[in-house]
Amino acid sequence: MRLQKNTSLALYSVIEFAAKPDRHVPAAEIAEKYGVSPHHLAKVLSELARSGIVESVRGVGGGYRFAGNARRLTLLDVIQLFEDFAAPASERREPGDLTPVGAALGSVLGEIDEHAKAILGSVTIATMLGMVERAAGSDPEMAAKRLQVGGQ
Amino acid sequence: MTTHRSGSEASRGQPARVSVRKVRRTDLERIVAIDTKVTGIAKDDYWHAIFHRYGRGNRPERHFLVAEFAGQVVGFVIGEVRDWEFGEPPCGWVFAIDVQPEHRLHGVASVLLRALCDAMRRSGVRKLRTILARDDMLILSFFRSQGMRTGPFVPLEMDLDD
Repeated sequence: MRLQKNTSLALYSVIEFAAKPDRHVPAAEIAEKYGVSPHHLAKVLSELARSGIVESVRGVGGGYRFAGNARRLTLLDVIQLFEDFAAPASERREPGDLTPVGAALGSVLGEIDEHAKAILGSVTIATMLGMVERAAGSDPEMAAKRLQVGGQ
Repeated sequence: MTTHRSGSEASRGQPARVSVRKVRRTDLERIVAIDTKVTGIAKDDYWHAIFHRYGRGNRPERHFLVAEFAGQVVGFVIGEVRDWEFGEPPCGWVFAIDVQPEHRLHGVASVLLRALCDAMRRSGVRKLRTILARDDMLILSFFRSQGMRTGPFVPLEMDLDD
């Protein structure tokens, strides 16, 4: 499955901020690392701030800081801020859905949605931080770009 | 018996507090109480049958372990090595893990799972599997946090109504 660009950017940002919970991370740092325009990123961060997942800090040394609970916040929580992911079938009605073929196809796609929701809803940001560290540890090239967990 | 520090305590260098050992018949009352509190359904007969199958004797392929804190059983885990289940080479299956709600968020389940993994390794397997209800987010998140990922199986079911 593919996520929309804003959604991926939101997940990158949340994980970066959560890796450095005691530090304000400048938005420009995230923009540069993930190759996006600061203007584009600002819209995503604004949505994350509105939801309370991050908080912005103004002035010198300002930026953003993680404000959520990494052991409770899941990938699905973040994704649903940006995408109508796995919305109930009743909210996505198209004319074909009301035909027998549409109903059968919808049933199969619903199975996929339910599994995707279970996976994304069970992976917390804390779990992701552990996976990121393991991925960095197994690949020297990735290690060079690793998250600085704990502000190291 | 093995003694472990829970995850958060280990990182702070505090003394060991949670110990893991094989289940005893005298633990059953506590295990039934924990399960009843968590599920809301008392299943005494079921747990006695489970003890009979997994807790008695010295069967290296079956593991029924309990976690003790301050002399009281606060959690348990049950697993078994199964050969060629679903056509797969021998591997470990964990099919029950629970911690008394008042003792959660202190790493007890992590200590239990580590002990089960150690026991499974001693039994000669290198893979641990489980299967869960997909809406059981608490346990799903726990196993995810321990490094488990979606396995190679697809669960299927059908209604048998006429």
